[in-house]
Amino acid sequence: MSVLIEVDRLTKSFGPFIAVDDISFSLKRGEVLGFLGPNGAGKTTTMRMITGFLSPTKGNISVCGHDVSEYPIEIKEKIGYVPEGAPLYGEMTVMNFLKFIANIRKIPKNKINDSIHNVIKKLGLELVLYQQVETLSKGYKRRVGLSQAIIHDPDVLILDEPTDGLDPNQKHEVRKLIKEMASTKAIIISTHILEEVDAVCTRAMIIAKGRMIVDKSPKDLLIGSPEGASLDDVFRTLTIGNPGDNL
Amino acid sequence: MKTMLSITKREVYGYFATPVAYVFIVIFLIMSGLFTFYMGSFYERGQADLTSFFDWHPWLYLFLIPAISMRLWAEERRNGTIELLMTLPISVSQAVLGKFLAAWIFTAISLILTFPMWITVNYLGDPDNGTIIASYLGSLLMAGGYLAIGSCISSLTKNQVIAFVVTIAVCFLFTVSGMPIVLNFFSSWTPQALLDTIASFSFISNFTDLTQGVIDIRNIIYFLSLIIGALTLNVISINSRKGM
Repeated sequence: MSVLIEVDRLTKSFGPFIAVDDISFSLKRGEVLGFLGPNGAGKTTTMRMITGFLSPTKGNISVCGHDVSEYPIEIKEKIGYVPEGAPLYGEMTVMNFLKFIANIRKIPKNKINDSIHNVIKKLGLELVLYQQVETLSKGYKRRVGLSQAIIHDPDVLILDEPTDGLDPNQKHEVRKLIKEMASTKAIIISTHILEEVDAVCTRAMIIAKGRMIVDKSPKDLLIGSPEGASLDDVFRTLTIGNPGDNL
Repeated sequence: MKTMLSITKREVYGYFATPVAYVFIVIFLIMSGLFTFYMGSFYERGQADLTSFFDWHPWLYLFLIPAISMRLWAEERRNGTIELLMTLPISVSQAVLGKFLAAWIFTAISLILTFPMWITVNYLGDPDNGTIIASYLGSLLMAGGYLAIGSCISSLTKNQVIAFVVTIAVCFLFTVSGMPIVLNFFSSWTPQALLDTIASFSFISNFTDLTQGVIDIRNIIYFLSLIIGALTLNVISINSRKGM
């Protein structure tokens, strides 16, 4: 299995505030990494650095063998990214939006229609193709956000809270989709829903206050905890420490 | 190039998908008509030319162009779509140029729609159409100058109202820098050479030269270098956000 993402001693500070503190990991094809952590832990900042939206204060990132700061365009071609909240151009129709992304992603002319139809089918967008994005429900918006991230069949997929705000059925659909794609890609998803990690991830990484605390498989997370402890308990213990300390 | 044009296409489409385009064009046409006929005394002058039409363009642009440029980057930042845009495989300069070009095309469309003015003057008399074409080109170049300044300022804030007001203020300085109001302020304590430099930055004097029907390469270079300069600052401003 080839290593697709290599993060080496990554640090990001905003003024005196250290958002990401010395995080290192690597991710191979076929792995699904779940970023777990409380809000403000540094998950989004880390993802923004991997996708080249922010530049690191210190440390290196390489994606598919290219250094992110040296080859920003090349690595962006390899990545599909759903930013936090899945921002979209509201005034466009779904179809025009997908065409725009396909053109920017330099999908060859003879394949554009196939790629677009492929994601439309995968995400069930048939009924809303000619509606303006801003008129869609939250679930549809999120699906449009996902469709732009996978339209070019990227090697690396980075999803910032992809199921946030979706109803249980929609969550299930998105997780199914991630699982279907998992074997051919390296995927990072961030979430604070622990069952999601259990459901789709092969690895779980807990981040708190910018530091990586744990990097294990979801099952191993429970090992060493008291009998009958849930992932929630483990999460709370790891991110707050002894609950008494913070009160 | 193709990537840049994809952005331009999306943006132009964006103008016409919202009421922005129609409101802007209608207001632009009404105001340019009012200025020409009432304040510019088109008929009373008794001359078959469009001087009274073009003379008002710097003032029209001063308030209308910032209304277009204010959203260019501020809206992307407010809506978070800048994260989508800047994680697509495009360079910052492609994005800046693509967006600027779209706004410029949009102003060009508004300008072209003033053609009834040209028909009217040709119907009434025998104007120098060469001069009119030169004036249209000059007006378009000047609009580009205003837009580039506005685009740059829009990239500095999330707030469109701030972008609008600051752009008007900066554009106002560029518009009037050749006029007594500015020159008198400097004349008492600056050497003549500096005074001439300040005056040569004026949109109005550079534009007026072009409306005389003399296409002077210096005026064209002035507007083009202003556009390039402002857009370069725009790229730098977007890039610096990455480090923040």
